[in-house]
Amino acid sequence: MMGILSNKRLLLSLLVGFTLVYPFLFGQSGYFITLFVMISIYVITAMALNLLVGNGGQMSVGHAGFLTVGGYTVAILTTKVGLPLLVVLPLAGVVTGVIGLIIGLPAVRLKGHFLAVATLGFGISIPQIALNWNSLTGGYSGLAVSRPDWLSNNLSFFYLIILVLVLVTWLIHNILKSSLGRAFVAIRESEVAAQSTGVNLSFYKTVMFMISAFFTGIAGGLYGYWFGYVSPNDFTLATSFLLLAMVVVGGLASIPGAIIGAVIFTILPELTRSFVGLNNIIIGIAVVLAILFLPKGLVSITEFFKKRSQPITVKEGTDRTGGMVKDANI
Amino acid sequence: MQIIVSGLIFGCVYALVALGLVLIYKTTEVVNFAHGEMAMFSTFISYVLLTSYGLSYVPAFLLSLLFAAFFGLAVYFVFMKRVQNAPHLNQVVLTLGLFMVVNGVAGLIWGYQQKSYPTAIEGKPFQIGSVFISANEILIIILTVILMLVFFLIFRFTKIGLAMRAASQDTMASELMGIKVTTVFMGTWIFGCVLGGVAGIMTAPLTFLSPNMMSEVLILAFAGAVLGGFVSLPGAIFGGLLVGVFENLISYYISPEMKIVFVFLLIILVLYVRPQGLFGGRKLMKKV
Repeated sequence: MMGILSNKRLLLSLLVGFTLVYPFLFGQSGYFITLFVMISIYVITAMALNLLVGNGGQMSVGHAGFLTVGGYTVAILTTKVGLPLLVVLPLAGVVTGVIGLIIGLPAVRLKGHFLAVATLGFGISIPQIALNWNSLTGGYSGLAVSRPDWLSNNLSFFYLIILVLVLVTWLIHNILKSSLGRAFVAIRESEVAAQSTGVNLSFYKTVMFMISAFFTGIAGGLYGYWFGYVSPNDFTLATSFLLLAMVVVGGLASIPGAIIGAVIFTILPELTRSFVGLNNIIIGIAVVLAILFLPKGLVSITEFFKKRSQPITVKEGTDRTGGMVKDANI
Repeated sequence: MQIIVSGLIFGCVYALVALGLVLIYKTTEVVNFAHGEMAMFSTFISYVLLTSYGLSYVPAFLLSLLFAAFFGLAVYFVFMKRVQNAPHLNQVVLTLGLFMVVNGVAGLIWGYQQKSYPTAIEGKPFQIGSVFISANEILIIILTVILMLVFFLIFRFTKIGLAMRAASQDTMASELMGIKVTTVFMGTWIFGCVLGGVAGIMTAPLTFLSPNMMSEVLILAFAGAVLGGFVSLPGAIFGGLLVGVFENLISYYISPEMKIVFVFLLIILVLYVRPQGLFGGRKLMKKV
């Protein structure tokens, strides 16, 4: 088991293989495919948020707002303008990126909690604006999105989403390895040091917001296409919180971390959605346990076991901590 | 005028919540997102004491504040003490997790139906000039002013206040100087949660009692605290009042649905001009 985990290439191909056969494992059941699509959308968003929060060290409590913007862009461009998908989807990213630029400009001057409030305000305001700008967004009733004919089949659209997911993962991976990604990390570690070595703070911070918003917008666009419908209540403040939890619980500044977090926090609410109240408790407990026992996120779980297993001769029978981890890993 | 006064009353509630938030942040450097939910829980306790056990208002009020104090103590010892040295983001997400747990537990116990909550002082509103105001609303204003003054004086002029300020600046140095940092932090959490409890009990008659009653209040109080600079107690009060009045003006003159949008627009504008908030001093760069 450990061997597979440490062999990245094998793990990656297993993962991709699994996603390719996934629809057939569940007999092409609509429910499971939709679940997987939601996971993919949140994986993209969590990776985009992780780029901002984990790598760049900038707080954002309003990423659900970018998802909503992406969804509405797709809805407006397809129904009111009638552009094809291959134009609309990148455009959704671009429009959201521009919004991200507008948010990023004041954010450059803000830090920590002040930034959190600015983004929080954005995340709360977007659904309100969507609700009240009737002529453009259709108010309460939302907007319908028409899928193009060649993708009317759920299965083919599923593979398109997988394609976008792989592409986005590859892009973000490369951005983080480029000079851009190194500049982000430099800003996170120390703004003064970064500035004195020639990193243009305001430029890179704005770019960070734009890139993050761009990918989130694409995820929102995919959401709109898949459900064929967007409404103001799709992504609320709770979604923003959940996204932040995904990133932190999964593991900051790590692509696998974002993926793990997104998978867990998409499936967990889904499993518990029928119990009102209880679902909040379970999600909350999962977050609390993960923070308390795995402060570096779930990606560090192998390290955790390694650390436990080495002094096992000394501490035989101290199973208590081991048990806790299983809880955290629900 | 009437609009401004009723805005001030909501502003007082925001200010009380903001005061608790800033107090906890100023000393322990944790932004407690669960603050509103903990306040809501204490309010429910007072509701149970009032209705099921038939206590009169004042003992129920005091007992639920006692509960709030123990709640704060428990949260500090069980959760926050362990992550004291963790990155801030982890602490924030931890309080978000607590937010969900407390909200869910309250929902399970008391359900999501809105209940009406009795006011502290009954009585018809009377008229001062052209403004109608009820005795209960006057109580809220007086209580806010008193609590603010008390905490401001404690922070400024007593040894406890000095210890709090020292612990917030440098945990290790103040521990070496003989300050029991754990005790100080514990006290801060207790005070903060009691303040939250007061705010919750004051909010409940204005809105309705339900597990979700404090979430909007918390957001606006957070906004008010940030507007005031997040490290200044008078700033928190001023920010809270400003948010309350502004919100009421917007919902009267423009539209009630858009009030949150405009409140945050105002805050972003203010922060753009003064990134450290209205009352926040210049921050010194700690690490280079």
